[in-house]
Amino acid sequence: MIEIKNINKKFGKLEVLKSVNLSCKSGECIALIGPNGCGKTTLIKSILGMVLPDKGSIEFNGKSVLGEYIYRENIGYMPQIGRYPDNMTIGQIIEMIKKIRNSNQELDEDLLKEFELEKMFDKQMRTLSGGTTQKVSAVLAFLFNPEVLILDEPTAGLDPLASEILKEKIIKEKEKGKLIFITSHLLSELDDLITEIIFMQDGEVHFHKKVEVLKTETNETKISKAIASILKQKQPESHNPKLAKVS
Amino acid sequence: MNRIIKIILLDILKSKIVLAYTFILAILSWSSFALEDNSAKGLLTILNVILFTVPLVSILFATIYLYNSSEFIELLLSQPIKRRKIWISLFLGLSFSMILAFFVGAGIPLLLNSPDSIGVMMLLNGCLITVIFTALAFLSSILTRDKAKGIGIAIMTWLFFALLFDGLVLFLLFQFQDYPIENAMVGITAFSPIDLARIQILLHLDVSAMMGYTGAIFKDFFGTSTGLIITFLLMSLWAIIPFFISLKKFNRKDL
Repeated sequence: MIEIKNINKKFGKLEVLKSVNLSCKSGECIALIGPNGCGKTTLIKSILGMVLPDKGSIEFNGKSVLGEYIYRENIGYMPQIGRYPDNMTIGQIIEMIKKIRNSNQELDEDLLKEFELEKMFDKQMRTLSGGTTQKVSAVLAFLFNPEVLILDEPTAGLDPLASEILKEKIIKEKEKGKLIFITSHLLSELDDLITEIIFMQDGEVHFHKKVEVLKTETNETKISKAIASILKQKQPESHNPKLAKVS
Repeated sequence: MNRIIKIILLDILKSKIVLAYTFILAILSWSSFALEDNSAKGLLTILNVILFTVPLVSILFATIYLYNSSEFIELLLSQPIKRRKIWISLFLGLSFSMILAFFVGAGIPLLLNSPDSIGVMMLLNGCLITVIFTALAFLSSILTRDKAKGIGIAIMTWLFFALLFDGLVLFLLFQFQDYPIENAMVGITAFSPIDLARIQILLHLDVSAMMGYTGAIFKDFFGTSTGLIITFLLMSLWAIIPFFISLKKFNRKDL
């Protein structure tokens, strides 16, 4: 469904993505993990066309996404830090996105109800807490029944109840055969969600494996332990470029 | 595209700054017509107001608005909308709301007190100046990610066209006063949209009789209908070129 071929991206001198190759099919639930600043968000933003790669191509259903926009109808994106116009209310934001999409598809308002956001419809975005903003982002990502869901740290900042609701929703969508990308640092949360793991480091894809394969290779039952044992085998040779720049 | 323009328009028209701008323009225009005994003098006062405040407010407000709507732009970008459509909608929404503010504030008193070709011309020039400086605001806000720098560039742009450019022209005039530079002067005015507007309006007022030989040459060029068309074309270029450069840059920007 999504084919990423050899993409490179530089921000100034910093190489954020170094010839990344990936292939993802629908029905998969992929965890994108790696240390801070390894290029996860840049990769996601390249798929969305918000960051334009220097080299390489990204194909969505066999068509290149470069300069295209209609393919985004099939993507629901939940950003890491949702930034919304300050002076609009929750209701206005949701109304606006509905108007912009102008789709006659059936809307998926499950999360809207379960997060009980309807009570807060006239609250302005600037008055919201980080967690509530995350809830709005989640509602918008799931609203149009997209074929692909891209969730950038979905549970960060959510309270346990809300993150449980979100996880159940993700599992539900996975069972419908959608392609789901999740980036997260909380590996323990991913256990019952994902089917594949992509591990990135310094802008390169370290490995892309099925969860079962990974578990049998390392003889572990939990993803977090499996990853840890792999990391122990391979001591990271290079530093994180972003941190190196600061120090 | 209309849906996005509508959202932006409603958002801007709600803002108190635009309301205040309209109100101040209205006070200035009405009072300058009320204070002067003939409408030509009133027009001259308004001309200076238009050429000073309208560019400043247009470029500053548009630049700040663009920086403040970076979240909105990001949100739209993750939706199925073309990039250029977002940028063009922002431009049209901003220009239209600023023109509306100008029209309500200064246009109505102009048309009521001087319902002739000069009044209409003033109105047209004011609208064009608004659009030009909105376009320049788009250019200055795309040049840098830093809000403070962007606003600085916008203020410098305004300062250059409103004050420094005239100083430069004066300097050139005195340096080369022994040479016949009147024709070159006509060409140099093309480099400042404010000067284009000013000369065009001044030459349609009676005061142009007092401008001497240079004034006569200017009248020869700007007074004719070809001159008029060329000035309007030049001013349109002043709006189109900066906006297109910014559009090209926006299409390649990483967000």
